[in-house]
Amino acid sequence: MIRIEGIQKSFQGKAILKGISFVFEQGKPNLIIGASGTGKSVLLKCIVGLIPPDRGEVFYYDKEFTHANRDTKTEIRREIGMLFQGGALFDSKTVEQNVMFPLDVLTKMSNSEKIDRVNFCLERVGLAGQNNKMPSEISGGMKKRVGIARAIVNNSRFLFCDEPNSGLDPQTSILIDDLIMEITEEYNITTLVVTHDMNSVLGIGERIMFLYQGVKCWEGTKDEIMETGVKEFDDFVFANKVMQKLRNNSQS
Amino acid sequence: MEALGKYFIFLGRLFINRETFGTYFRLVIDECVAIGINSIFLVSLVSFFMGAVTTIQTAYNLISPLIPDYVISLVVRDMTILELAPTIIGVIYAGKVGSSMASGLGTMRISEQIDALEVMGINSTSYLVLPKILGSLLMYPLLVILAGLLSIVGGYLAGEFTGVVTPTEYVYGIRFEFNEYMVTFALIKSFVFAFLVASISSFKGYYTTGGAVEVGKASTSAVTQSVIAILTADYLLAQLLLQ
Repeated sequence: MIRIEGIQKSFQGKAILKGISFVFEQGKPNLIIGASGTGKSVLLKCIVGLIPPDRGEVFYYDKEFTHANRDTKTEIRREIGMLFQGGALFDSKTVEQNVMFPLDVLTKMSNSEKIDRVNFCLERVGLAGQNNKMPSEISGGMKKRVGIARAIVNNSRFLFCDEPNSGLDPQTSILIDDLIMEITEEYNITTLVVTHDMNSVLGIGERIMFLYQGVKCWEGTKDEIMETGVKEFDDFVFANKVMQKLRNNSQS
Repeated sequence: MEALGKYFIFLGRLFINRETFGTYFRLVIDECVAIGINSIFLVSLVSFFMGAVTTIQTAYNLISPLIPDYVISLVVRDMTILELAPTIIGVIYAGKVGSSMASGLGTMRISEQIDALEVMGINSTSYLVLPKILGSLLMYPLLVILAGLLSIVGGYLAGEFTGVVTPTEYVYGIRFEFNEYMVTFALIKSFVFAFLVASISSFKGYYTTGGAVEVGKASTSAVTQSVIAILTADYLLAQLLLQ
């Protein structure tokens, strides 16, 4: 469980996040959605500590993170796995070396234990046997899956995904969403997904926070999105005709 | 001033929250190969011709019959050890190694690889930059020694080939009133320049923002600033250590 309280962030005098509070629950995907430029990625980076918030606090279970000392931060971060928008795989390392990287640096496991764990994770994300490929030799969807394998290899308790479906075809997007959902439930971890992909919202939106101009405008589940009564949310969700048709069908 | 302060904070971050010795050992070895071994060809080529050209040009300028020929190799020796080997090779080193460090780190920054390290709880500054600086401190002095040697050899061969100085006179000039402190001075300079190039280039690359164009700009800026730092340090060290 991750709890954020009153997160505020400004860049050059312009307020991006205006006091956001929320509880991200364990064992289900928590989605942060909103239009481009509403501060979703900034919020995610504030939560993982890549950007310090101007005000507010982040709690990983009962441990305060934002103002914690370096050791506590490092301790918490070592339980975090993150899937970046572009994968953020290390170009000069193979798929196996990328996935093994957190084990190499952060653990004292033997080489055979590390290889077993890497093979397990690669198999889990459907990439068994791809160990020796370089990131430049694999597709965008495979890069995301390697990113997920790297994020979970160290038995992370928290999984962060920044736009996991960006640049992917609809079929691969569904595969990635399903994988995130399965991993979250299987390992009972706290997962945060930043997205503006409505397919993801409808597919894995067990808990959703909608951001609008730096403010939490709505929260709920995928089953509640048809009848929110929040104009900004409706404008975002029902911007395309397919969603409008879906709403009309559900109302009739 | 703000950039200077940021640079010193950056240097301070190299020494906190470090990983294990074994991790750094592997990384330093990798950097030594990337920085040192891969620079041998260019450094050898430049220094060999530098010595050869210095010999011919010095001979061209020494037209008085009162000046003995061995002065040519004496000039080559002193110029090589005091200036050409540490400083000119330093400029070339900044162009080759510095730009590579800046563009490598810049690419890692814009493709979020540095963020990935930070999220894992790894001090990315220490993990990525410290091995580069250590590798540079280990390899650049060796490159300077190699450059000095090859420059003198280049001068010897050019002198013999063109006939401007005989081998016997060349060797006599090389040994004539040799002051060992010049070598110490050259090595001190090489350590300072190695640190400046690696740290400035890493700093420029590490704080790259934007996209591919900005990586190119960071790389250019790293070379420019490294060269300025080398020349400034060269003057200050000469003032401090040769007065």
